[in-house]
Amino acid sequence: MENNQSLMARVKSINLQTLVMVGAIIVIAIFFSIATEGDYLTTRNVSNLLRQTAITGILAIGMVFVIVSAEIDLSVGSMMGLLGGVAAILDVWYGWPLPLTIIVTLIAGLLLGAWNGWWVAYRKVPSFIVTLAGMLAFRGILIGMTGGTTVAPTSEEMGIIGQSYLPNSLSWLIGAGCMALFVGWSIRGRKQRQAHELDVKPMSHTLGALVVAALGLLILLYVLNDYRGVPTPVLILASLMVVLGFIAKKTSFGRRVYAVGGNLEASRLSGLNVERIKLSVFALNGLMVAVAALILSSRLSAGSPSAGTIAELDAIAACVIGGTSLAGGVGTVFGAVLGALIMTSLDNGMSMMDVPTYWQYIVKGSILLLAVWMDVASKAKR
Amino acid sequence: MASAILEMRDIIKEFSGVRALNGVDLCLREGEVMSLCGENGSGKSTLMKVLSGIYPTGEYQGEIRLDGQPYQVKNIKQAEHLGIAIIHQELALVKELTILENLFLGDEISQFGVLNHAAMYKQAKEMLARVGLTMSPDTPIIELGVGQQQLVEIAKALGKNARILILDEPTSSLTERETEVLLNIVKQLREEKVACVYISHKLNEVLEISDSVCVIRDGDHIGTRPAKDMTQDDIITMMVGRELTELFPREDHDIGEVVLSVSNANAWHASNRHIKLVNDVSFNIRAGEILGISGLVGAGRTELMQCIYGSYPAKHQVDVALNGEHFQASSPADALAHGIAMVPEDRKRHGIVPIMSVGSNITLAGLSEFGNWFGHLNEAKEHAEIDKAIAKLTVKTASPDLPIKSLSGGNQQKAILAKCLLLNPKVLILDEPTRGIDVGAKYEIYKLMFELVKQGVAIIMVSSELPEVLGISDRVLVMHEGKLKGNLANDGLTQEQVMDCALSE
Repeated sequence: MENNQSLMARVKSINLQTLVMVGAIIVIAIFFSIATEGDYLTTRNVSNLLRQTAITGILAIGMVFVIVSAEIDLSVGSMMGLLGGVAAILDVWYGWPLPLTIIVTLIAGLLLGAWNGWWVAYRKVPSFIVTLAGMLAFRGILIGMTGGTTVAPTSEEMGIIGQSYLPNSLSWLIGAGCMALFVGWSIRGRKQRQAHELDVKPMSHTLGALVVAALGLLILLYVLNDYRGVPTPVLILASLMVVLGFIAKKTSFGRRVYAVGGNLEASRLSGLNVERIKLSVFALNGLMVAVAALILSSRLSAGSPSAGTIAELDAIAACVIGGTSLAGGVGTVFGAVLGALIMTSLDNGMSMMDVPTYWQYIVKGSILLLAVWMDVASKAKR
Repeated sequence: MASAILEMRDIIKEFSGVRALNGVDLCLREGEVMSLCGENGSGKSTLMKVLSGIYPTGEYQGEIRLDGQPYQVKNIKQAEHLGIAIIHQELALVKELTILENLFLGDEISQFGVLNHAAMYKQAKEMLARVGLTMSPDTPIIELGVGQQQLVEIAKALGKNARILILDEPTSSLTERETEVLLNIVKQLREEKVACVYISHKLNEVLEISDSVCVIRDGDHIGTRPAKDMTQDDIITMMVGRELTELFPREDHDIGEVVLSVSNANAWHASNRHIKLVNDVSFNIRAGEILGISGLVGAGRTELMQCIYGSYPAKHQVDVALNGEHFQASSPADALAHGIAMVPEDRKRHGIVPIMSVGSNITLAGLSEFGNWFGHLNEAKEHAEIDKAIAKLTVKTASPDLPIKSLSGGNQQKAILAKCLLLNPKVLILDEPTRGIDVGAKYEIYKLMFELVKQGVAIIMVSSELPEVLGISDRVLVMHEGKLKGNLANDGLTQEQVMDCALSE
């Protein structure tokens, strides 16, 4: 009996968390729509809003792995600035072709992340300290490298990453492709379960999920195409959300990250190489930072010595608002992206209303405090 | 003889329906040293927690009188004010602070919030002198050995005018010399009319310093007698005195060739390099054999297992040969790769990942079985294996997707066993496999152990419960204070023989 009840409670709590977040996004949307007399919900602003979510969202995707493994990364903002600076320098000063700039920036991100991870995993320095050091040092390297000046203007190709939109026909094609993949995936899963003589969920469930996904995608594409099409950063964010969400929940690496965050010693005694897992998590985070950095430099058409300041706080806040527990072991990629959307919605709405910057900081700080308090309070109840 | 200062009568303490204490009496006189003896889990510590205020008045039944007055306390602090202090096995000093700061922690001498260092220094010097310590009170605790730290604890307790001092296994991490110093101090305290309750497994110490010995078994008060009338054998008989019941489903099984031989295992204390927790232990185990490892807490059994499994956190050496191949496991992953699996002693801290599902816990160690080249998990295959394991080990859970922390201890333990079995180990180490588990789950775990040895798995079972060791094992290793004291075939072996073996010099 007790088990049944807790099963119900668990199902409820999962849906509840997503529901609360979606509810929050709707409330925020309604509030700002009224406050801006409808300007907030124009397709133009929705398109902008999603484009602005891309950077925080991608940072949050990387950060969620770090926090799930019961660590923290405070160097993300400075690292993004540094990598964005590197990309801009390669592009502006040296005139490297775009693909090479992208590859080198991504590798640099991977290495910077691995550097953090090495100190945390193998030298046992607390991640708070390692990444605090990184936060200072990376910013210092950036300022030294650029001489404190803005590196601009970036090439036209560079602009593609952050400023371009997909042609409508292409986005419809990609949407259709995604749905086909989804259908194929569901069928494959059902067949596998049948092959192992497991219960298969009723067909109606699968169909229901399919219809909801198709409808959501349809509305999103319609809205975005009504303005200028799907912004490239949004496509990147969506792809990373799917791929990293898959890694988190469907691969042995992802499972091990949750295990390490849930109980480090039990994981070690179960034969997991916990040091390597932690190093990989930080390296993965570095890679995400590099992607965000490329988008940032492209959008600004420049590498700026102050780029990305306190972006780590937005990313951490997005994760926490998205249901990631700072104690480790709990959190989802999807939740983190929703959290990023909430943070950006607030930013976007308040900017439209010309709310003074100081108020924006106060509101965002209060929201973060509230979200963590809810996390703590819900745990105390359990 | 002096009059009684403390009387505990008919003390009953229950934990969610299970009686840990079943009407225990204890009577202490001024300046008396009483030893409290009993097996692990017999209720000694519970009784002392009642006395020292850790379980406040109202959480237990029975009557306590101090100097003839009813004794009612809400917490440790109040008990200390009434002159009762407890010194735990694990020391409670703040390592970063100095001796002086620890001695006066919470009771600093100050004027208007400004510490009076000179006054405290003078007083601290006197307190230390009382326990035979001569170093400066400004010495940081971290620079002291474990034995000296223990003495500082005692000085701190005496500084609070303790009239009754409870020492819970004070010598378990001390060297012989340090033990001698401590025993002398207890004797000296007797002269100063301080009464002591001394909990120890070391029966020679018990007989050396006690005036009386009180024995508890399974929460029952077996008896209190003057120490001078007793021998070690008498105490052991009183501690054990229990018949093997039908709890153990012993089954015949064939024993094969030696699979694992461990030679010259040594492990050193993490913070005191002079103490060896495992001292030159060697043994063999054969395929299809259940090897019980018996000994009291602190005998070095867990540390020995950690050495073999590659999880001992401090300096250690061991030569392990598995089917003739020599190696020293550098990590649990290494041991598992060689076919050695372990169910750790502390289920909550080292066994389960509490917030993960039962299923994910079961497949955690063998996860690579279910992944393809880039680690994509075949969830259908995984779920099928989980269902099979849950059915085989009769893990009672409403769903494999529930967090494992929602299960009972016995079912958590079965899930951890399932995790190990998924790897088809050649040698399975079980460290206290049935601790805190109900009788039904115990029985199922024993059944499973016999099923495994029939398949040729070698099982090493560390257990503090003698009846279990004798009821299950083919052979019993007896450890005491890090040394291997005996290697006994379980052929009509009795609890007294095992105890004798452990405690004989």
